[in-house]
Amino acid sequence: MKRNTVAVVGAAETTKLGVIPDVSALGLHADAALNALADTQLKPSDIDGIAAAAESPVTLAAYLGITPHWIDNTNVGGCSFMLHVRHAAAAIEAGHCTTVLITHGESGRSGVGRPAYPFSAASLPGQFEVPYGVAGPFSNFTVPVLRYMKERGVTEEDLALVAVIQREWAAMNPRATLKTPITVDDVLNSEMIAWPFRKLMCCLRTDGGGALILTSAERARDFPNRPVYVMGTGEGVGAPMVSMMEDFATFAGFRIAGAQAFAEADIGHADVDHLMVYDAFAHLPFYGLEDLGFCRPGEAKHFIRERNTAPGGKLPMNTNGGGLAYMHSGMYGMYAMQESIRQMRGTAPAQVPDARISVCQGVGGMFAAAGTVIFTNEQ
Amino acid sequence: MEFRRSLHKGVSVPRTLPTPTPETRHFWEGCKQGELLLQRCRGCRQAYFPPRPFCPRCAGRDIEVFAASGQATLYSYVINFRPRPDMGTEPHSIAVVQLAEGPRMMTNVVNCPQTPEALQLDMELQILFQQESEDIALPLFEPARS
Repeated sequence: MKRNTVAVVGAAETTKLGVIPDVSALGLHADAALNALADTQLKPSDIDGIAAAAESPVTLAAYLGITPHWIDNTNVGGCSFMLHVRHAAAAIEAGHCTTVLITHGESGRSGVGRPAYPFSAASLPGQFEVPYGVAGPFSNFTVPVLRYMKERGVTEEDLALVAVIQREWAAMNPRATLKTPITVDDVLNSEMIAWPFRKLMCCLRTDGGGALILTSAERARDFPNRPVYVMGTGEGVGAPMVSMMEDFATFAGFRIAGAQAFAEADIGHADVDHLMVYDAFAHLPFYGLEDLGFCRPGEAKHFIRERNTAPGGKLPMNTNGGGLAYMHSGMYGMYAMQESIRQMRGTAPAQVPDARISVCQGVGGMFAAAGTVIFTNEQ
Repeated sequence: MEFRRSLHKGVSVPRTLPTPTPETRHFWEGCKQGELLLQRCRGCRQAYFPPRPFCPRCAGRDIEVFAASGQATLYSYVINFRPRPDMGTEPHSIAVVQLAEGPRMMTNVVNCPQTPEALQLDMELQILFQQESEDIALPLFEPARS
């Protein structure tokens, strides 16, 4: 698609984030959607396209009173929302619809009305991963890291430093779940979850949601908030099971999606003011920095040690505190984009001064899928 | 017939086991017979895993099944400190091994301490088959006897 022809005009999270035992997953979708509608001063009847991942867009359309001409139910894990933005931008450009609502709601901690997760013992993971004790993302998303660490010379202290720096960002964010400063020693002394991952290297489990509303750039100036343009997008996949990942030191999905988005946006890495890299676990930012091309292979550890991603650094990363400290309901991509949009609107709690371009990188499954969206506030 | 139900102490529930499909049944039958059966394309000679009736590299349907050596090296792993109930109460490895024939697979490395010191990347491993039920033997790995 052509860059900057579609804009985000509405963006909001659920009224509350964290532990929300009195709202179902469907209710969190709706709360986020209503907040995004209020953000744009649109009514449900103004929406003619709807996208969601873990919940059916048919259900959501009926629940919210929307009659869509276009739907997208792409569900490839936590980056699905980045793909929804990409697909919505193409649909708006093609004239299939004019105004798209992308919603997410997830009762990741409280489990209220959480959709069943069908997992057959006859599926490929059911036959070739689950029998060996895979107990959730902490026990298989993490499997590649020892290979990455050996090949790239990365230490446990480096992994811990990611969590420490993100807590620095979270300390500036009133809505962050964990705001207390921590040290590398705190991280390395926290409970062992799946060697070499300690508890503070793993994401939170919280409840929440978020929603976005997109329309054409021509219409975008008619809304209350500063338009945030979709400058470039990309999507890609790796292997459906982590054990089939081609090379444990680099993620093909990040490389494929990132390269498309940078080409579409027609920018270089030095043009980027702000970066979000989906951090379900502390190793993902290393892959993101290298596979997106911000660092050469093996250099991400130096880049992080030199505090380039920290407050005051040249590439502020995960400025909401990330999945490690802000929130993580299971499919985090929506929250990463919300922070990119706040940064582009100039309304982030830890605002990067004069930020013009934000790269938002999502991962889905266990290194299975990837989506990249590059946002800008200048057309 | 008695089956060893688990890797670890303190297990109270049966281990979660795979259900073979028509495309994978030969693999699981092989495990029961003590053989790790891989597939290879007769056209491009690529060996691959998991099983499917065509070559994932060239899409050729002319493939053959062959018995792998059972030799592997340790590619990467975690030690899961929160084991599933059917895996017992002790921390255990969840590993990906590099088979000598090329493909990789997930497994557990057993018969050695489940510690970073005992589990060194690139260490040499050999296969064993652990009978879990009448239908399923799981392919596991242990340090190679030199």
